[in-house]
Amino acid sequence: MSEAKEYKYIGQRSIRPDGYDKVTGRAAYGADMSLPGMVWGKILRSPHAHANIKSIDTSRAEALQGVLAVATFADFPAQKGASKDLATNILANDKALYHGHAIVGLAATTADIAERALELIDVVYEVLTPVMDIRDAIKADAPLIDEKLMTVGLAEAPTSASNVAARQEFKKGDVEAGFAEADVIVEREYYTPTIHQGYIEPHACTVSYDEAGQSMIWCCTQGHFDVRAQTAGILGMSLSKLKVIASEIGGGFGGKTTIYLEPVALVLSRKAGRPVKMVMNRDEVLKATGPGSASRNWIKVGAKKDGTITAMQAKLYYEAGAFKDSPMMMGCMTAFTPYDVDNMYLEGYDVLVNKPKVAAYRAPGAPQAEYAAEMAVSELANKLGIDQIDLRIQNAAKEGTQTVYGPKLKAVGLVECLEAVKNSPQYKAPLKAGQGRGVASGFWFNIGGQSSVVLNMTPDGTGILVEGSPDIGGSRASMQLMVAEEMGMEPALFRPIIGDTENLAFSQGTGGSRTTFATGMACIEAAQDVIRQLKERAAAVWNVTPDQVEWAEGVAINTAGDDKLTCAQICKGAERTGGQISGRGNINARGAGPSFAVHLCDVEVDKETGKVDVLRYTAAQDAGKAIHPSYVEGQLQGGAVQGIGWALNEEYVYNEDGLLQNTGFLDYRIPLASDLPMIDAIIIEVPNSFHPFGVRGVGESGIIPPLAACGMAVSEAIDIQIVDLPCSPPNVLKVIQENS
Amino acid sequence: MAKIHVNTTINGEPTEFLCDPNDTLLNVLRYNLELTGTKEGCGSGDCGACSVTVNDRLVCACLVLGAEAEGAEVGTIEGVAEANQLSVIQTKFLEHAALQCGICTPGLIVSTQELLKENPKPTEEEARYFLAGNLCRCTGYDKVIKAVMDSAETLRGEA
Amino acid sequence: MATVIFSTELQEFTGEGKTNVDARVYRDLVTELVARYDLLKKGQLADMAVAIDGVIIVDPLLEEILPDSEVHFLHFVAGG
Repeated sequence: MSEAKEYKYIGQRSIRPDGYDKVTGRAAYGADMSLPGMVWGKILRSPHAHANIKSIDTSRAEALQGVLAVATFADFPAQKGASKDLATNILANDKALYHGHAIVGLAATTADIAERALELIDVVYEVLTPVMDIRDAIKADAPLIDEKLMTVGLAEAPTSASNVAARQEFKKGDVEAGFAEADVIVEREYYTPTIHQGYIEPHACTVSYDEAGQSMIWCCTQGHFDVRAQTAGILGMSLSKLKVIASEIGGGFGGKTTIYLEPVALVLSRKAGRPVKMVMNRDEVLKATGPGSASRNWIKVGAKKDGTITAMQAKLYYEAGAFKDSPMMMGCMTAFTPYDVDNMYLEGYDVLVNKPKVAAYRAPGAPQAEYAAEMAVSELANKLGIDQIDLRIQNAAKEGTQTVYGPKLKAVGLVECLEAVKNSPQYKAPLKAGQGRGVASGFWFNIGGQSSVVLNMTPDGTGILVEGSPDIGGSRASMQLMVAEEMGMEPALFRPIIGDTENLAFSQGTGGSRTTFATGMACIEAAQDVIRQLKERAAAVWNVTPDQVEWAEGVAINTAGDDKLTCAQICKGAERTGGQISGRGNINARGAGPSFAVHLCDVEVDKETGKVDVLRYTAAQDAGKAIHPSYVEGQLQGGAVQGIGWALNEEYVYNEDGLLQNTGFLDYRIPLASDLPMIDAIIIEVPNSFHPFGVRGVGESGIIPPLAACGMAVSEAIDIQIVDLPCSPPNVLKVIQENS
Repeated sequence: MAKIHVNTTINGEPTEFLCDPNDTLLNVLRYNLELTGTKEGCGSGDCGACSVTVNDRLVCACLVLGAEAEGAEVGTIEGVAEANQLSVIQTKFLEHAALQCGICTPGLIVSTQELLKENPKPTEEEARYFLAGNLCRCTGYDKVIKAVMDSAETLRGEA
Repeated sequence: MATVIFSTELQEFTGEGKTNVDARVYRDLVTELVARYDLLKKGQLADMAVAIDGVIIVDPLLEEILPDSEVHFLHFVAGG
């Protein structure tokens, strides 16, 4: 697809089909489900960051009137590999690995009794020294979080355990030769803190266990088929015996791609013989879910005087939390991908610390590494005396650029984003004293994957579109538009719903910016399947062959005569022509198109207090094709503001014992309306040739550039190079004072 | 613990309920009265997802006891639309795509309604500060503020 | 013949950076590579994603390989 196509419905700013329920309070989210006879589950959590669990005695709790069941790790059948890590995160085995690690689950007739009962559980801990920072964790004599953990990926196999789970490297060209050619080199180590996805809806589920029939989970999740697989895996259940219903979801950003409560709730339900509801509070969400990795990233970049970047090198350390598998590798793969540079070398390390097991967070791994890389590139531009955007355009990745991780890029929209930002009103606005401006690029792969869709036509010719990707930001509106476009019929004729795990074949969750791309393709395929059947039915009525029937604007046309039948007419008579009509699209979508983003941030810094005010902000991103432009803009704006929060405010604060100090929204402070200006969103459309309408995902890239765009803007405003995030008032004040 | 018998008015309807002395108004609404449109994001008054009015005063329902509703007029998201007719604010939130996941939306709509009652012609800055108690993690507030400003104009009869 | 390019990590097992393979589908390409390099195990490649002519495929098996295709083995990429 190279030319812009005219569409009838795609590109409209339609009212989302689930909108009415969401503005009236009718929409049912994770905590909104109740069942007859339901009881309440609660979790006892570790008060220590690192401790051996010597014993657990629940007898006093179980003796309390109203307590119905307890669950511990011993209730989970034996696990292996990743499933074991997941199970051990859900309920600790013999060691508490972070402050807030779940130890015991308990169910009682009321939430109040359950909470009082938790206080009656006796756990004997042997407190161990916590390991809270990468620098401490990688020391040879560091306390070991997992005494059996041997580093993989080292040139020589290690002989002893460590807190480093893995090393990875990516190489292209010869960085030594590249640096030898450079006239200017920037080399620094940057820090990004532990942060949380910060969805407003806490994790919640309501479950019922049924030994003979079907067990059920109602929960807020980005992927209910994944909840089924993970929960059934931990409990040793058959997939067909567990039905998972995705509630409306109150934000996820990657944090709801894994499970915390569901297996515990099912064990409690089995033991209590009653449905069980569990709802986390905010303290639990911050202590025990998410977060995103903290990182320490060393970067070296070099360029010739004319602005040609000759070499880029990185050493990236990512915190995994208490279990291996930080997104370090994706950090390595994304850090320098906005650049077409011959010589690159990246090493990454996956490091355990006594913090919660990290979860995916919007472009997982990319913001940390690209923050460091983009800060270094901007500093390089300053040293060279070249405009920040011009240097990026000069070295920009484009179609055919060889990535460090393997394949060459297809058509991408980075240069278009850079030029759009350069031409934005904001870039031309003058800055006053005490103000600063930063630019940064961001790259994310996007993924495709498995999506299953059924389009059930009703006898009046309207359709129910059943899809399996939870709608986290308006995707039902996009699905509706794509089906309408394909069918040539009004969007309102199609009702998109999220089916449960019994209605559809397996579908991957909403994540990796895949839903509009992959589930959209499945919707289109289901619509095509319906059109094929509608043509066959019309052909049968007219006694012609199906290839003599054309489909246009929702009407079958007999090319052998002048007959026409509308979709409604064919559906109304479907029982006479072979039964009711439904179309199917069960696909594994290939060819996800990467989305580049470029952001521009202007700030003013109060040098007395260190407070940073964002004055203006522009976010440009390549959407491929914006199906519903308002929700695309929403992704750009929302991603930008999450990144601004990461850059300017958000961080986990631990005390010396490894205990999390800011476990509420008052002091884990995400951006407020009063903190921000309008976010100018610029949609770039360089079509992805693998999608019928040219779609790329847009959900993730937008969180990447704000870290360096803000970081650089603050650096310019105070005329001191920022390296550590967040640029919160105390941190900025400290930097100013240290340099004065 | 003896239950407290509370007589109150919710969205104009006389309502009575029994609650424990330590039950919050939020839990009473959600779990005793099945008005689950009011959401819990934090339980500590920091996020505004449970914004309701008590005697025309905007409050976080998680910071009010159920027993305090005695004799009061409580307004929740369920009372914003009249019959099936959306209010101007609700309509503008949809037109501007001012919600993504929608969990903060009931609270934002209740708060916006109070803002525009108090100040029918807010500046963007006034709107931003009034709504600073309503956290939204999805939208970056851009479209929320646009919906609020457009609602204000429409309600003033200027649009 | 398709060109297969090995990551730094896989070069430990192949001893070279690239090779040419005559295969029409991905499955046969893997069979050929495992036969060619003693140290390379089928399971190792099975856990990896692949990029065929720039298109990343996380769960390949029957993908077509063209005579001038370029094939890279990659790690699985997940999202948020």
